[in-house]
Amino acid sequence: MATEDPVATEAPTATEAPPLLEVRDLHVEFRTRDGVAKAVNGVEYGVRSGETLAVLGESGSGKSVTAQAIMGILDIPPGRITSGEILFHGQDLLKLKEEERRKIRGSGMAMIFQDALSSLNPVLSVGDQLGEMFTVHRGMSRKDARAKAVELMDRVRIPAAKERVTQYPHQFSGGMRQRIMIAMAMALEPSLIIADEPTTALDVTVQAQVMDLLAELQRELNMGLILITHDLGVVADVADTIAVMYAGRIVEKAPVHEIYKAPAHPYTKGLLESIPRLDQKGQDLFAIKGLPPNLMNIPPGCAFNPRCPMAQDVCRTDVPPLATVTYEGLTAERRSACHFWKETLRG
Amino acid sequence: MAEPILEVRGLVKHYPLTQGILIKRQIGAVKAVDGVDFDLGTGETLGIVGESGCGKSTVAKMLVNLERPTAGVIRYKGEDITRLSGRALKAVRRNIQMVFQDPYTSLNPRMTVGDIIGEPYEIHPEVAPKGSRRQKVQELLDVVGLNPEYINRYPHQFSGGQRQRIGIARGLALRPEIIVADEPVSALDVSVQAQVVNLLDKLQTEFELSYVFIAHDLSIVRHISDRVGVMYLGRIVETGSDAEIYEHPTHPYTQALLSAVPVPDPTARAHRERIILSGDVPSPANPPSGCRFRTRCWKAQERCALEVPALAVPAEFRLTSGPAAHDSACHFAEEKHVVP
Repeated sequence: MATEDPVATEAPTATEAPPLLEVRDLHVEFRTRDGVAKAVNGVEYGVRSGETLAVLGESGSGKSVTAQAIMGILDIPPGRITSGEILFHGQDLLKLKEEERRKIRGSGMAMIFQDALSSLNPVLSVGDQLGEMFTVHRGMSRKDARAKAVELMDRVRIPAAKERVTQYPHQFSGGMRQRIMIAMAMALEPSLIIADEPTTALDVTVQAQVMDLLAELQRELNMGLILITHDLGVVADVADTIAVMYAGRIVEKAPVHEIYKAPAHPYTKGLLESIPRLDQKGQDLFAIKGLPPNLMNIPPGCAFNPRCPMAQDVCRTDVPPLATVTYEGLTAERRSACHFWKETLRG
Repeated sequence: MAEPILEVRGLVKHYPLTQGILIKRQIGAVKAVDGVDFDLGTGETLGIVGESGCGKSTVAKMLVNLERPTAGVIRYKGEDITRLSGRALKAVRRNIQMVFQDPYTSLNPRMTVGDIIGEPYEIHPEVAPKGSRRQKVQELLDVVGLNPEYINRYPHQFSGGQRQRIGIARGLALRPEIIVADEPVSALDVSVQAQVVNLLDKLQTEFELSYVFIAHDLSIVRHISDRVGVMYLGRIVETGSDAEIYEHPTHPYTQALLSAVPVPDPTARAHRERIILSGDVPSPANPPSGCRFRTRCWKAQERCALEVPALAVPAEFRLTSGPAAHDSACHFAEEKHVVP
């Protein structure tokens, strides 16, 4: 990597543990018949053990593509990682061979997908699928693996695990299937879990059950958790840190309490104002005007400038750096990619 | 409440379950909707909330006559529309239109936007004579906030939010009095969702529409509705004004549902009481006896298994005139504040 990155070379606070995972200046593009779609344009974030990082963004913001690049499950081609580093326990994953990455997948990091039904194999029993983790990665016998599978299903609180271990995915409800996905991700006790919209397909009452389970297991195993979501409510409930993405970049990164108190980027501000709230009946909702940009043709300067109520001339020409935000009372690191973060913060 | 434009009484929809290939025997029924009553006032928005499988979409389909009810009546301005056919049905359908959830599959990809929005005029030519249709469609595009010059484009050239606007324009084409919207914004991104909700608000005043707004997102329903009905396994369990339901819920299911909604405020995390229900919704083919919620309810007693609770103002609140005195189908109804 020849490009010198001014942000990444800044020393982190000495008292904090080194991050479990660090993404540095990641760029991903997709070559399509119609042109090159720049899905990820210089993403940087890190997660520590025991920390929950919520990556918030709308469809097309690049949040899932970043996760796929970290997991090493990006479709290449058409996808292509053009530059960047993904450091896991200090080791750059992008320099590893596929074989070495496969060993990390499952035992070092694991992923939970949105749609459990299409992520599970319909012609294998859930016991076989859970047990496979142990036969492949740990070389266990089928019998031992089956016992482990039952243990895991108990752990994610699936009732009558012993009987249900021989059943197939279609015999489980949506919430139960998502529990099986969680069990599968937890099987080898990885140090990092990436959950991509884990509760979006579930009903509210079941969503609460599943989120609680995930948070509890994370605490127990002291894992790092990257939670990818578009739901500001879920984020407020579980996250420690939030990274907001727009057009393939992080536009704001902050501790969860700070961001809800006073957003430092107009996009975050717009998002927070545009959701209807359960505890208040408002008049008109605030709506961010316009549409998210086309990734084949991202506007010059700040990608958000055509939709931003605060946009000035400088926003149309200069890409704002992910600047460090400081103010009195702020104890953790906070960043915003807005030329006018001070003004935004003031409201 | 204003004079009801739509009255629904004892609405039932059972889908038969059959066995056998040549000789089909009915072995049971999926009781998708099992006795639903409500009124819709003129110019009012009635929100219907519930989890998947509670029957809310089946209710929507019956309101627009896409499904024929097994039993019950739907009265539109006093006239039962469930047994209509032919010309009379066609006339009623003009006045009750639907907006669908998925803007990707509810628009024909081979038709231009002009043809999609103008198609209702083919069936009801009395609304717009042939020569004026193009202009009418362009007016509609303008009303829903799309550029009238897009009339010759195809659905794939639009984003999700824009497509939903096309679906709304099609719903408005015949100048209906009632719009049944089945999850109209749940497929959209947050920033676009607000635009569409505001549009629906604006159109309601402009065209004096009555809405039946069906959704699973309780926050959106509160924002848009005057009255709210909460459904569980084919029945309405609680109904009242938005303040009554959200601030003074008396049915345990409503309380659990409200407490489970994530609130976008991290400071509420610590002091918020959450009711986490155990288990899943039972199968509508074999619903529990008595109160259908009893298998997941923390208050359930023997009586709940024997007696079906009626949807009425609970006895303990009947003499009070406070906000807790609204219809709730629970033997042990009590007020509880769950929204912070």
